[in-house]
Amino acid sequence: MPSLIDLTLEGRKVGQHGPWPRVVVDASVWTFAANELAHGRWSLLGLWGEPATVHMAIMDGQTAGIAVISLDCPNRRFPSVGRHHPPARRLERTIHDLFGLSAEDSPDVRPWLDHNRWGVRFPLGERIDALPKAAPYHFLAAEGDGLHQIPVGPVHAGIIEPGHFRFTASGETVVRLEQRLGYVHKGIDGLMTGASLERGVRLAGRTSGDSTVAYAYAFSRAAEAALDLVVPERAVFLRALLAELERLANHLGDIGAICNDASFALMHAHCGLLRESVLRAAGAAFGHRLMRDVIVAGGVARDVGNDGVEAIQAALDNIRLRFPALVELYDNTASLQDRTVDTGTLKASLASQYAAGGYVGRASGRSFDTRRALAYPPYDRLRFDVPVLNEGDVNARVWIRVREVEQSLALIDQILSQLPNGPIRKEVPLGGEVREGMAIVEGFRGDVLVWLRLRNGLIERCHMRDPSWFQWPLLEAVIENNIVADFPLCNKSFNCSYSGHDL
Amino acid sequence: MRKLLFESVFRQPLTELAPSAVDAAVAELVAAVGQTARRRLGRSLSIREVDAGSCNGCELEIHALNNAYYDVERFGLRFVASPRHADVLMVTGPVTKNMREALERTYHATPNPKWVVAVGDCARDGGCFAGSYAVVGGVSEVVPVDLHIPGCPPTPTAMLQGLLALLERADADTGAS
Ligand code: SF4
Repeated sequence: MPSLIDLTLEGRKVGQHGPWPRVVVDASVWTFAANELAHGRWSLLGLWGEPATVHMAIMDGQTAGIAVISLDCPNRRFPSVGRHHPPARRLERTIHDLFGLSAEDSPDVRPWLDHNRWGVRFPLGERIDALPKAAPYHFLAAEGDGLHQIPVGPVHAGIIEPGHFRFTASGETVVRLEQRLGYVHKGIDGLMTGASLERGVRLAGRTSGDSTVAYAYAFSRAAEAALDLVVPERAVFLRALLAELERLANHLGDIGAICNDASFALMHAHCGLLRESVLRAAGAAFGHRLMRDVIVAGGVARDVGNDGVEAIQAALDNIRLRFPALVELYDNTASLQDRTVDTGTLKASLASQYAAGGYVGRASGRSFDTRRALAYPPYDRLRFDVPVLNEGDVNARVWIRVREVEQSLALIDQILSQLPNGPIRKEVPLGGEVREGMAIVEGFRGDVLVWLRLRNGLIERCHMRDPSWFQWPLLEAVIENNIVADFPLCNKSFNCSYSGHDL
Repeated sequence: MRKLLFESVFRQPLTELAPSAVDAAVAELVAAVGQTARRRLGRSLSIREVDAGSCNGCELEIHALNNAYYDVERFGLRFVASPRHADVLMVTGPVTKNMREALERTYHATPNPKWVVAVGDCARDGGCFAGSYAVVGGVSEVVPVDLHIPGCPPTPTAMLQGLLALLERADADTGAS
């Protein structure tokens, strides 16, 4: 079996691409890689386009080796990866919508993000006018006696993001769920083109609001990888502090919200308070409750003072005091367990095929966590466990989050006690030459990937990939044979991002 | 669970906790909102939230309005599931072209009298997404806006302030006292 290294030797290596190699390959190597993905030997990390090129980021799970392979497609076609490896399909449909490049022999050529409302087709490629009239979107068929369809969204009943779900049910049992997304597509990859790094990191931080730290972190690391820039030690630790606070706030909020979807409002109320205590501490420490615009290329824009550290410590103390009783309550409430155990089960094989990140993967036996597998600083110097379960149900996803709350508390303690003194930001040198970089950072819901190319100090192309891309399709799979009323629970236990996905 | 419930019964309400600047501001505001809402409407004010393209940051802070610190339901402000039940549409995001029709239809499904509150910097003029091929721009490009609450995202306190301003304005508009 060839290793990723062998594969990269087959191609023409691109200069100034950090920290992993990028090589330009021919169609046969491209298809070979697609087959390796299909056989589960490698994982797909990303697949994105440019006006006449497609790129694919792949990882060898055994060695955590990563490479990007690129294929020129002057005639606007490329061999479909999704034909062999289903996780690539929505990505290929997106490449077609944005760039007009077609995946040859793809089993699914329906548009994805393009709802024919932009007034233009292929906005990032060779633009042409939109179709005069939108063709109706063909949902996949489900046929049989007594089946009925339940369309939901894009506007939902709660305070949540917009998307459309098409359920086909037999009585109460869901036999098929199909998602249609793209409603909150803002064209962020397009806005990145020509932007400065300052504007780029602001946009990155507004890609998925609940992961604003993770995105700014990944974007900045990608830019620094391109520029060979080492950020000051204090900034390295502060970034991890921000990332763990974000993880903590989101997990606390979501644990409560999952229970709320099982009508167990007490957990929701108490977890909501703990979440609020984290946000207030973050506000006191960094001047913004969600910690937006704190991480920038070169370091961090704001330092934390003694008051801030005290506020964070007080929040941690409060969580340590109150959270264990909530966990016990969750564990001892039979009516709640009745809803979460054995509900929305994700098989380990599917989690692995889709390289599902975060708690979705880790509740289904996939132990991947970029903080451990790629051990970027300062995580290479911090002690923590990566909790893994095999059940794959809603309950397992709740437990992974509970354990991750505990891990984040311990991590923040270590970060605060090791926080070095010194500068928090380094000048970013903006050379004229072309430089490319990629970074993968562990957000609360999984691995956020950012790839970018800089030219003359400006962003020529930036692609961001949310973990939700590989989690949304799995939500379709887990709901099968569950009842419609359990969908909110399944959905919330995944908590995929709409905005991060639609971009 | 009993222990937690008992504790909740005996614990001081969180909104009346030690007067840090934020807590005091919140307490003052909610008192004002409560009075005005009751005077104006004599009943509850129902809010329908519509994400018309947000990054979801605004939604996180709107959610926070329901936590026990802010607990807006105490003042008859409540979030409802359908525009048909709503007095106020709280709209976030730079309206995306893919959401434009859904926003229009939600607006038309809301009975009169109704108010539209645009929440967040994006909702004013598209924020940092303005100019994209996929974005219409501010909420007022699509439906008439009565009030804009700035911020990225606005804090829950800022949203309470905004709702208070809206109620006062509704008073002025209708001549209620
Ligand atoms: S105003 Fe800020 S938080 Fe709200 S949707 Fe826009 S970018 Fe997100």
